[in-house]
Amino acid sequence: MNTVLKNRSLLDISDNGLFPPSNVMLDLKHLKKVYPTPKGDYVVLEDLNLQIMKEEFVTIIGHSGCGKTTMLSMIAGLNKISGGNISVLGSHIKGPGPDRGVIFQAPSLMPWMTSLQNVLLGVNQVFPHATKAQRNDIAKYYLQKVGLEDAFHKKASDLSQGMQQRVGIARAFAIKPKVLLLDEPFGMLDSLTRGELQDTLIEIWNKEKITAVMITHDVDEAIFLADRVVMMTSGPKAKIGDILEIDFQRPRTRKTVLEHDDYYKYRKHLIDFLEH
Amino acid sequence: MKQSITLGKVTKFMGLGFLSTLKALFTGKLEKEDFIKFLRKIVVPLASILLFIGLWHLGAKTLYDREANFKIEKALEDQGPEAAEVMRACIASGDLSCQPNTLPAPAQVWESYKSLLRDHNIISADKAAFKEKTAALNAKRISEGRAPIVYTGRPSFIDQIVMSLKTVFAGFLLALVIAIPIGILIGLSPTLKSAFNWFIQIFKPVSPVVWYLLVFMIVKTVLIDSTEDSSFVISFISVGLCSMWATLVNTAMGVSSVDKDYINVAKVLKLGPFQKVFKVILPSSLPLIFTGLKITLSVAWMVLIAIELLAQSPGLGLFVWEEFQNGANDSNSKIIVAMFVIGIIGFLLDRLMLTIQNTVSFNKNEGL
Ligand SMILES: Nc1ncnc2c1ncn2[C@@H]1O[C@H](COP(=O)(O)OP(=O)(O)OP(=O)(O)O)[C@@H](O)[C@H]1O
Ligand SMILES: [Mg+2]
Repeated sequence: MNTVLKNRSLLDISDNGLFPPSNVMLDLKHLKKVYPTPKGDYVVLEDLNLQIMKEEFVTIIGHSGCGKTTMLSMIAGLNKISGGNISVLGSHIKGPGPDRGVIFQAPSLMPWMTSLQNVLLGVNQVFPHATKAQRNDIAKYYLQKVGLEDAFHKKASDLSQGMQQRVGIARAFAIKPKVLLLDEPFGMLDSLTRGELQDTLIEIWNKEKITAVMITHDVDEAIFLADRVVMMTSGPKAKIGDILEIDFQRPRTRKTVLEHDDYYKYRKHLIDFLEH
Repeated sequence: MKQSITLGKVTKFMGLGFLSTLKALFTGKLEKEDFIKFLRKIVVPLASILLFIGLWHLGAKTLYDREANFKIEKALEDQGPEAAEVMRACIASGDLSCQPNTLPAPAQVWESYKSLLRDHNIISADKAAFKEKTAALNAKRISEGRAPIVYTGRPSFIDQIVMSLKTVFAGFLLALVIAIPIGILIGLSPTLKSAFNWFIQIFKPVSPVVWYLLVFMIVKTVLIDSTEDSSFVISFISVGLCSMWATLVNTAMGVSSVDKDYINVAKVLKLGPFQKVFKVILPSSLPLIFTGLKITLSVAWMVLIAIELLAQSPGLGLFVWEEFQNGANDSNSKIIVAMFVIGIIGFLLDRLMLTIQNTVSFNKNEGL
């Protein structure tokens, strides 16, 4: 299985000699988004610039309706870009693709499939040349990683919300994307389940180090998971307001983070931003 | 992991959950909640059936008296008091020649039902005898390459039910084969949708009678060389065309309204068109497709009667029509027997579809 994963190792355009090597994975330049409305155009984002490095975990916070989902779905290629551009490893994106895995707020599993089939749906697509057994191994490996080794053959509709979102995480990691996009993936869960899923996510992320961009409303979640927390200004014409570096070493545990001297300083910074 | 399938689950699955209450009653395992359930699910429906039969009986009796009085008075007016007395005596004696012709009472309908079954047994025996008698001859004819002799006697009531079921299933299959693929295409493509929409809107409300005439015009000419009886073909095609619209519209709607999240997943994974349709779009629209199919089957069964009657194609519709034309003293009660049979079969077909729907689709619908 590992050979399969390695064969599809990150195709790094910046290493092909044409461009200087760079650590930038995701680059948003002068990004603009306009929604036409009956009352005229509504400019959600304007001149938004953001660079995200390889192996970086970035969380995004901002007031409701400021345009976070809009930005993320544009990166995913599911939403048209009105101006500026988005590039992954130096090349502009054109539409959606499996190089950018998405974990949606709703688990969005196919309810008529089992958890294994849901993960395989992506794996089959991304590793068409692997044997059936290899693809099964990949899917099962990631389902195990998210703690679902006993639920391979359970119908998605029979799983709890939290378990469904675990399958969503497995599905996203199993296709080995270059960038992982998460839009409030735990927003619909109770706080206990949310904590468990954060742990699962960070555990699997520590292993895979896939560049991740995650929207959240939860300040503690933003700090716990991120290398940098990006704060967006309120719309219309939202842009990046501030960026906070989180200097905790990895791997982190909730306990060490909460006990760290800087924790409340970070927390205050974010809350001050949101309250103004 | 595999769940054991119990009787209770199966019956509940088919929307016949009340059977398990009945089972609890017979096995003596009745708790207080079970008792309330028993009241609600068994006693109340039974009581309402009895009430219905009682009202029907009273209504039929009132109509009978009215018709009888009318007959007697007419005799009095036309032929004088003596004839009126004769008529009164005749009616009271139960003589078939002078019975008032009106809505039959439940008991009469039950009698007719039994007589139809007896009739069926006689015809079946007759058929079997015929088969035995001609077996040797037919074998010879077949070996000589000639057509075997077939039974051409009158079909029994049960034979007609079977014929009707054949027609309705042929029509249903036709509807399915036409409506689902077209529905999928229309649902997938807004262009095709606007191309077809006027067509659907105009043809959907057309009455079964008109469909029959249209099909008749076409099939008659197409089968002009054939010696086969075209009435079956005409009626099943008409039934199919009448009933397919619900499936067409529901399929198109199901396909075009697939949850946006699923479509986004398909986009992110870059699924090909084939995968997208068969792995995502179709499974997610199955509930709506089945709702359409259920309506289609019940519409097919409903229009079947009218179409058989027009097409003179053997079946329940023709049975009803012939009994009505026939005007024998028990014709009315036979028509009511047919009405109940039609209703019950319609109900069973609906249950059948619900069962199939529950086995193939992911969200379970509770039956009524
Ligand atoms: N398709 C659309 N057409 C018009 N306006 C839209 C559309 N989608 C979003 N908007 C508007 O754009 C703004 C940003 O929406 P978006 O969903 O990106 O916000 P958000 O930051 O994700 O909010 P939340 O935190 O509530 O999820 C909102 O004012 C919303 O009403
Ligand atoms: Mg949002």
